[in-house]
Amino acid sequence: MGVRQVWPPRVEISDTLESARQYVMSQIFKPSSNATARMSIILTVVIAGVLGGALFELIADSNYATRQNNIREQPIAFSHAHHVGSMGIECRYCHTGVENSQHALVPPTKTCMNCHSQIWVNSPTLEPVRESYRTNQSIKWQKVHDLPDYVYFNHSIHINKGVGCETCHGRVDTMPLMYQYSNLEMRWCLNCHRNPEQYVRPREFITKMGYEPAEPQEILGPKLVKEYNIQKLETCSTCHR
Amino acid sequence: MTEQSDSLNLESVQKRLAQATGKSYWRSLDELFSTAGFQEFLHREFPRQAAEWIDDDGRRNFLKIMGASLALAGLTGCVKQPVEYVMPYVEEPEKLLAGKPVFYASGYPVAGLVSPILVETHDFRPTKVEGNPEHPASLGATDVPTQASVLGLYDPDRLQAVTYLDEARSYSSFMLSFLTALSQQRASAGAGICILTETVTSPTLGAQMQEVLKQFPAAKWYQWDGQGHGRRSGAELAFGQYVNPVYKFDQADVVFSIDGNFLGSGPGTVRYARDFASRRVLRGGVTTQSRFYAVEASPTSTGSKSDHRLPLKPSQIPVFTRALAAAVSGGQASGEVSTSKFFQAAVKDLLAAKGKSIVIAGEDQSAEIHALVHFMNQALENHGKTVLLTAPLEQKATDQYADLKALVADLNGGKVDLLLIIGGNPVFTAPAEFNLRGNFQKAKTRVRLGLYEDETAEVCQWRIPETHPFEQWSDGPAYDGTMSIMQPLIAPLYGGKSAHNMLAAFTDTPEKPDYLLVREYWQSKHTGADFEAWWKRAVHDGFVKGSAAAEVTATAKMPAAEAAVAGSAMEVSFHTDPYVLDGRYANNAWLQELPRPVTRLTWDNAVVMSEKTARDLDLKDEDRVELAVNGRSVWGSVWRVPGQPDGTVGVSLGYGRTRAGRAGTGAGFNANLLRSASSPTFATGVKLKNLGEKFPLAAVQHHFLMEGRAPVREGTLAEYIKDPLFVQKETETPPAGLTILPSDWQYKGYAWGMAIDLTACNGCNACVVACQAENNIAVVGKGQVLNTREMHWLRIDRYYSGDAANPRAHFQPVGCQHCENAPCEIVCPVAATVHDAEGLNNMVYNRCVGTRYCSNNCPYKVRRFNFLLYTDWDTESLKLQRNPDVTVRSRGVMEKCSFCVQRINYAKIMAEKEDRRVKDGEVITACQATCPADAIAFGDLNDPESKVSKWKREQLNYSLLGELNTRPRVTYLAEIRNPNPAVGEES
Repeated sequence: MGVRQVWPPRVEISDTLESARQYVMSQIFKPSSNATARMSIILTVVIAGVLGGALFELIADSNYATRQNNIREQPIAFSHAHHVGSMGIECRYCHTGVENSQHALVPPTKTCMNCHSQIWVNSPTLEPVRESYRTNQSIKWQKVHDLPDYVYFNHSIHINKGVGCETCHGRVDTMPLMYQYSNLEMRWCLNCHRNPEQYVRPREFITKMGYEPAEPQEILGPKLVKEYNIQKLETCSTCHR
Repeated sequence: MTEQSDSLNLESVQKRLAQATGKSYWRSLDELFSTAGFQEFLHREFPRQAAEWIDDDGRRNFLKIMGASLALAGLTGCVKQPVEYVMPYVEEPEKLLAGKPVFYASGYPVAGLVSPILVETHDFRPTKVEGNPEHPASLGATDVPTQASVLGLYDPDRLQAVTYLDEARSYSSFMLSFLTALSQQRASAGAGICILTETVTSPTLGAQMQEVLKQFPAAKWYQWDGQGHGRRSGAELAFGQYVNPVYKFDQADVVFSIDGNFLGSGPGTVRYARDFASRRVLRGGVTTQSRFYAVEASPTSTGSKSDHRLPLKPSQIPVFTRALAAAVSGGQASGEVSTSKFFQAAVKDLLAAKGKSIVIAGEDQSAEIHALVHFMNQALENHGKTVLLTAPLEQKATDQYADLKALVADLNGGKVDLLLIIGGNPVFTAPAEFNLRGNFQKAKTRVRLGLYEDETAEVCQWRIPETHPFEQWSDGPAYDGTMSIMQPLIAPLYGGKSAHNMLAAFTDTPEKPDYLLVREYWQSKHTGADFEAWWKRAVHDGFVKGSAAAEVTATAKMPAAEAAVAGSAMEVSFHTDPYVLDGRYANNAWLQELPRPVTRLTWDNAVVMSEKTARDLDLKDEDRVELAVNGRSVWGSVWRVPGQPDGTVGVSLGYGRTRAGRAGTGAGFNANLLRSASSPTFATGVKLKNLGEKFPLAAVQHHFLMEGRAPVREGTLAEYIKDPLFVQKETETPPAGLTILPSDWQYKGYAWGMAIDLTACNGCNACVVACQAENNIAVVGKGQVLNTREMHWLRIDRYYSGDAANPRAHFQPVGCQHCENAPCEIVCPVAATVHDAEGLNNMVYNRCVGTRYCSNNCPYKVRRFNFLLYTDWDTESLKLQRNPDVTVRSRGVMEKCSFCVQRINYAKIMAEKEDRRVKDGEVITACQATCPADAIAFGDLNDPESKVSKWKREQLNYSLLGELNTRPRVTYLAEIRNPNPAVGEES
């Protein structure tokens, strides 16, 4: 069976092209122009690459991408500064899972209503809370600290090993509106996983805001690492599975 | 699939095997015969046609899309994570701690018998099923259908709304019409009512049924299940009463199975596998083994574990069984069957082990065989010792074929005004001669309570969605009668109703919830003042302790000889599929894609025949043939399996569903159409016609070849006693210093490892499903399996050795071996697979760019690549099933066994919080947990007292391909069998 040739197309030199060769033009470009042209192409690619890479790093590390220090819009303007800073409510009153579960847990509406069925019962700011309680519908909070789905972080083990709330979440008692204090990049995690002695604190000060070590951290840190049997877990399977 | 060269045949290969020195193993007939096609398959890097683009989108369209994807590929790195929301409870339920799994005890009925289970729930979503370790029928393990049940719960094809003549209705409108119909029946005491159920074993449902029959004395109650008929009627035939046999394999020195698959499916299979294995394994200095003889009409995984196996034509099985019964009861065996060495050796062994032997018949075998088996166990003085007879587990044991006949007679007589069909799928499972599809339509009103819109629902006007067993309260017995209390684990996903709700509709309290029905039943049984505490205990434990059925005494008599069915040149035997059973689990994709232990087929059943039969009929694998019996015919594909008796074909039931759902519809052919009620186990006078075309079968048989390196090591008990270290001498062991790790490297913390006892493993595949459920492993479908792209992290290899016509089969579970010198790690260009400090071979999905170098360099071929987006990201209900502790993989990444690292981390965190080391037995991998035979040990190799360390010190311990110096963390204990020297090489 015969096959019609489709590719590559057959090239034929036309008569017009032949006749065009008879015209002779003067030389505009020197022979070295070839090298210059090649160099400029290569340089363009290199410079664009470097600039692009730098730009990518800048964007990836920026607060825009990591959401560090970004305040999220929430259904209720809940102030940690007021509840923790002024009222002195302990973290674990609301975040009940932090010692036992991987999640610290956002409190159920009932926890808000424990107090707000008695005080500020007519405050318009709290209407979404009352509405949730009336209608049995969850309050839809925006997640502030959102790790990628392939990262498995467990609050309880960090709390039990002497990593204070403040270490990752910052001075929550001074935040009128909640924001992400740390950038949550992997190198940030590894920084502590490699050097835990620089960050750990005694368990009794886990939830303390504005904690100051009683003795210099260079002395206290290694002591706690030993006492709490803190390991330097850096292997992939520690967090990824 | 492959062409055979003409010079090869069974005889020449048998001769070749006989001449060969040393042991020889093979995985398929093609490999053994070393056909040209097989050689080509072996040496091709990719399967044939793998390069061809056969998807609906043409090549041009593909290039267009690819071009666009490439252009935008760089941008994916710039996408910000989407905003996620936290939705806390309004009022938190008691005892819930989000993020921590909670285990609830419950049960899952498989063909009437309840598998005791613990269900792992994450935020009240059932995600994984484990066996109930305290229950005698489970001891922590489950069978395959139970392990896959959680996918059935979330099946998007379940019936989702009440319909009347295909129009959606509310349940209350159904109730209105139903109650009206009932009140019309009251005048005639319910003479027009007919209720068809599955085998009812739930005592609550039984009591409810009695209440219904009290209110409507003239109403009829029929049962049809298609399962366990021979077992029930056989007991009735032998003892004159229904009894339930319970076997004690841990007490048996000699076991004789007649076409049975007690290690693979049927009542008590989980406990039987454990007990049987306990008498076979040789760990801890044991040097005795029970002996196991099997007679089979079609090869099963159980027969593969036997010391001696005899393939018999199905028409010969009654003849053989009668001869055996005569021989063991002191009579004189006659006939040709009794002259074989196999027969005589078995009789001698059985007689020598009186009171310590078991004869057991297959679930698919006829009443006559079961009756003969009861008689033999009595003659061998096994009753009360290795075989316990208990009260029947059914609420009303009946001959279900007689029930169907009576039902059809009622329908034909126009006596049925209201037909209520609860569960089951009789239109599909009943033999064709009952013509239920047509006969059901003679009932005026037909109401169907079912999980699916299946073949039976098709002919019913009212279709009511049934609750899945995980959505309802119920109860029911295990194989020994121990009563499980089943509690719901999730609210009905589609607003279904249970059988309890349905029967309550007949009473004065039609809306009574099933919780009260079950509770009140048990309150009537346990009348003490402490009922509340007792009830809480029973629900918490999942079962009523010490509630095993009472033993009964009964005397078996030799059943009168039935007219023997004359054999014919070609016979067909029918077998219940071990995974989809009679078709009830056909829409479970995990079960469809699970390779059958012996045939290695997925997604299809086949016409199984021996090599000789295929040659005689000039048939090859995957030839489409027509199978005709008594004027009825079906077509299927030929699949040659060694060990199938010559002149027979074996077919499994449960396939060829026409209305199963997206996974089950159209898979395989319906062999049920060939069965008749008079002979449901086999048929003679079968005609086979080659239709002259091919129909491909998705077998995983040739995949991931091991190139003849004898990965399975095995021997006989005699060899082991003579030289306990014989397995260590089969290959060279590389010197200890040869390692890619720094020479001073030590695993200081934990060093995780696994050992698998091949003597115990019976190839049931429960571990493979457990792995799939635990690790969110995708189903790929038949087309992709044909392209060797199945995703199972764990596979069970099946090897053959010995006589090509009736070989010994060996099973070997193979997952990632977690090599210390891992060949995969050194070739990964992006360090996506790396070793961790505890010796795990980690797979980091987010680093993987899909070069597949690791898979190429893996000598065990255990790495799986997501060629396409196999995970279903769209179906909402399936998302609920996924294990939240394991990443759901996308297209283009490699994946493999992680040693259940999520379970290791969970245990480590729990231990660290208590400032201690992880104890032995705290990390149980998914495969290990579910293994009925207790063939898998996992733990810390740095702890010399751990179970796995002890196993690895056994003399039978060896590394798979250890000569490659990969130093796997998984090792195997060689398989030891106990053949009778008197039988010799005959079988």
